[in-house]
Amino acid sequence: MAQNFGDRTLFKRRQIIRGAGGFGAALLLSKVAGCATTTDSGAAPADSEDTVAASDGEPIKLGLVAAITGPSAVSGESITRGLTLAMEEINANGGVNGRPLELVIRDDESTPAKGVAAARELIEKEKVALVFGGLDSPVSLAMLPVFHELETPYMGVWAAATGITRNGNDPNYAFRVSANDNIVDSYLLRYAQNELGATKVGLVLINNPWGESNQVGFEEWAPKYNMEIVGIEKFNDGDTDISPQLGRLQDGGAEALLMVANAAPSAVAMKSLVRLGWDVPVVSHWGPTGGRFPELAGQEAADRVVFMQTYSFYDDQSDLGQSLMGKLQEKYDVSGPQDVIAPVGTANAYDAMNLVALALETAESLDGPTLREAFYNLPTYEGLIKTYDQPFSPNNHDALSEDDYILVQWKDNQLVPFQG
Amino acid sequence: MWSQLILSGIAVGSLYGLVALGFQITYAVSNTMNFSQGASVMVGAVLCYSLNITLGIPAWLAVPMTLTASFGLGLLIERFIVRPFAEGGSNSWLLTTIAWGIILENLAMVIFGKETRGYPSTWAEQPIQLLGFGVFPVELLIPVVGLAVAIALRVLFTRTLLGKALQAVSESHTTARLMGIPVERMIALTFGISTALAALAGMLIAPVSNVSSTMGTLLGLKAFATAIIGGLGNPWGVMMAGIIYGLVESAAAGLLGGSYREILGFAVVILMLALRPYGLFGQAQVKKV
Repeated sequence: MAQNFGDRTLFKRRQIIRGAGGFGAALLLSKVAGCATTTDSGAAPADSEDTVAASDGEPIKLGLVAAITGPSAVSGESITRGLTLAMEEINANGGVNGRPLELVIRDDESTPAKGVAAARELIEKEKVALVFGGLDSPVSLAMLPVFHELETPYMGVWAAATGITRNGNDPNYAFRVSANDNIVDSYLLRYAQNELGATKVGLVLINNPWGESNQVGFEEWAPKYNMEIVGIEKFNDGDTDISPQLGRLQDGGAEALLMVANAAPSAVAMKSLVRLGWDVPVVSHWGPTGGRFPELAGQEAADRVVFMQTYSFYDDQSDLGQSLMGKLQEKYDVSGPQDVIAPVGTANAYDAMNLVALALETAESLDGPTLREAFYNLPTYEGLIKTYDQPFSPNNHDALSEDDYILVQWKDNQLVPFQG
Repeated sequence: MWSQLILSGIAVGSLYGLVALGFQITYAVSNTMNFSQGASVMVGAVLCYSLNITLGIPAWLAVPMTLTASFGLGLLIERFIVRPFAEGGSNSWLLTTIAWGIILENLAMVIFGKETRGYPSTWAEQPIQLLGFGVFPVELLIPVVGLAVAIALRVLFTRTLLGKALQAVSESHTTARLMGIPVERMIALTFGISTALAALAGMLIAPVSNVSSTMGTLLGLKAFATAIIGGLGNPWGVMMAGIIYGLVESAAAGLLGGSYREILGFAVVILMLALRPYGLFGQAQVKKV
């Protein structure tokens, strides 16, 4: 094609430009179509009949961009439940400064590009005051520039990548009521040291940005606790046997394994351990708790793993915990703690919605910069996970710290608090 | 550690070999291949899971049912996805089979779901200790089945009348037709066998690697690489190439780390094609013009 001369080249070029234009238009159309379909799904979960009746003012819109469909759809549902229950309580008590809250939901399908488009649309078209985020760290990381540019606060309730809240932006619009990889890594290392007596650990990480984020955290904290990382093994989603890699960690003398991956790859890792006949303790980030881990790994292997969480609906519950459990039972046909899907999503989202309502009340404005500042001056809030006393400061945008994390394990297909 | 590497390599490699045999057999007879082999692996696993686990049909019945259905699927693929596009020496079948694989994968996502499911099996619960390393019984079964299939194919091709007919078809369609051999039916038969082999591989891998709609994609690609390395000439070569490829991968993962597994594995493929374009066990073909 490049060898063409004169008019022919011009003609070709014109054709190419025309083609590109058509492609752009098609892309635009598909985006619009994408938005249109997700608008439909947004209408369903926000129970507008009950909520608007509570107070008379014009509703304050809040956005949620999360995985509503796809392999992580369970997370989207659990977050929606937590946000909706909190919002209904707030609206029943007169809303925020006399105005009810309204949740507008968009599906990111775990795809960063879809999340970015949805965040922009929510802020520019729906005029939401704030956007809640979902499970996928890559989606939240990709949306950050939008929040910065449009000066709208973001509230993370699941995605744990360190760089979401510690993003280097000034002013920083990203807040979070969830785990932070960097803090999780310190927590898991301390557990391995204090409870398991390990001084040498092996890392088993999924080969993606999430694994990377945790590798940085582990490498930062291990020397501070005088612990040695004997090996870092990465594996891919879809690998069927990683015993060769795990064998390297065994030869390196690992006394505990720290694992970061979602349910399916984690199960492959556990099967490989069974193959090796190596009964090393495994301490895991929360990835496998969002899937069918016991089914995939086998009951016995699954029971060996200890996971971090931010909340469990088992054990003695506070009054708030009991009341929330009651509402989950009533509204979502949940029979007990064993039925609460992805409990961290619901718990984090519940507390986050209440903190956002307090910030809106404090700010007395929907203006992004004012609302952002208000997060630094919140009144004390007795939440589900803990009592939040000045949870955010200019240097810390993570409401939860290492002290708020808990350990759980699978028992008979249920996630129960770790018994020690 | 070496024994673990070798065993793990042989188990995975036999699986590549088994799927690669499917590529080999259709290529040998009709000069066409089914690039939806990876998806057929997934179909085998998903179908067997649905019959055995979801519907509760016992395994001894579910496995032959899956194999039969896959054989039928292979016949359909040949009739509607390959034959109309291979006529007149066109290469369009290459694209249509790839397209069909993608369709199958997405159909499975719609029907079976996007979530990975575990395949409970007594064959993959307790590992057997062998010379100090562990292995699940099903992983010992994979090489056994692979070698048995390679032998059976060899016998079929060299010792039976059907095999002679298949060989005749691979020599020349026109001559075979003149000899009264139903060429189209012979070719369809190879596609049926090839798809059934992929499904067999899918059922063998399901208990260790779980079942999902995307489980076959990479496996299909690696099997194709294996078929090329082995030389598309004979089933033995393809099976051996599969095992060698599995060992290379396993050694790369064990000695250098998991990130290097694919890098080294596919680098070997490129190197092989440069050094022996006709494959490890193939013979240089003289093309008469």
